Amino acid sequence: MTAVPRTNDYPDVALRAEALESLLLERGLIDPNVVDGLISRYENDVGPMNGARVIAKAWTDADYRQRLLEDGTAAIGELGYSGPQGEHIEVLENSDRVHNVVVCTLCSCYPWPVLGLPPSWYKDPAYRARIVREPRQVLADMGLDLDDDVEIRVWDSSSEVRYLVLPERPDGTSDLSEEELAALVTRDAMVGVGRVTAP
Amino acid sequence: MSELSVDLPITGPTAPPRSNGEMVFDAPWESRLFGVTMALVEAERFSWSEFQQRLIASVGRWEADHPDGEGYRYYERWAEALESLLADLGIVAIETTDARALALAARPAGHDHLGDEPGPAAHDVP
Repeated sequence: MTAVPRTNDYPDVALRAEALESLLLERGLIDPNVVDGLISRYENDVGPMNGARVIAKAWTDADYRQRLLEDGTAAIGELGYSGPQGEHIEVLENSDRVHNVVVCTLCSCYPWPVLGLPPSWYKDPAYRARIVREPRQVLADMGLDLDDDVEIRVWDSSSEVRYLVLPERPDGTSDLSEEELAALVTRDAMVGVGRVTAP
Repeated sequence: MSELSVDLPITGPTAPPRSNGEMVFDAPWESRLFGVTMALVEAERFSWSEFQQRLIASVGRWEADHPDGEGYRYYERWAEALESLLADLGIVAIETTDARALALAARPAGHDHLGDEPGPAAHDVP
């Protein structure tokens, strides 16, 4: 593999990215409208609100929940969510005894179709190393205190499998509609570093 | 076990509110680089998994060189991964990107406030 040299007077990465884009453009290898469209899609249209709708449906439809746990990719596809980084999504069910949390120790694998692009902390070396070694402490640092008798399972994403956490439905939400429930579900809860709370 | 105990930012810096939750890029060049990469994947210049292997390698190299994790910038790793893949595929050589980046660096200050073709005409417009 070609190593990219780095020295202090080397053009900075923002300039290199701009240089690369201009070269690819001149050679007709990329279409600027396609690039703009992809950026807009991932900034605005693909994101955790998709996953929140999946979770809310699983909370209100027992058959869907079953399908979701058996074949996450297919059940998520039923709602129209698919695409890159969503080829094989497994759904992990939280309970009062088991708490699931997701990481990618090697890079940044993440289920884009349901959560969008990962937040900066997910990509950070500190999270990626520490969540494996001391998950209870990292979760506490992020504001999630779990009882000592709750088993924590850490799932390492890979290029083959992405994970989505199915959080527990909070108490006191039996009157809420699916749409109202979806509004409560946070990205952090679906990665497993937070919980969903009643309004 | 505290050598990696840096703070974990839970939200991005000064993220403006968005329907989607938060900004996913910290700088415009990051979003451009992401869009360019995905456009190349869509155009089947390379597959996502080919790119991902480069990304994993780039992240791994950096972490081996920086065991304390200080100064990590994810999209710098992404840029290195894309540059190395495009070079090895014979699409854009590293030296070509170097030369273009240096040319861009030599632009006069304020170039991006004058439009694409500044020239004297830009000042002659009434």
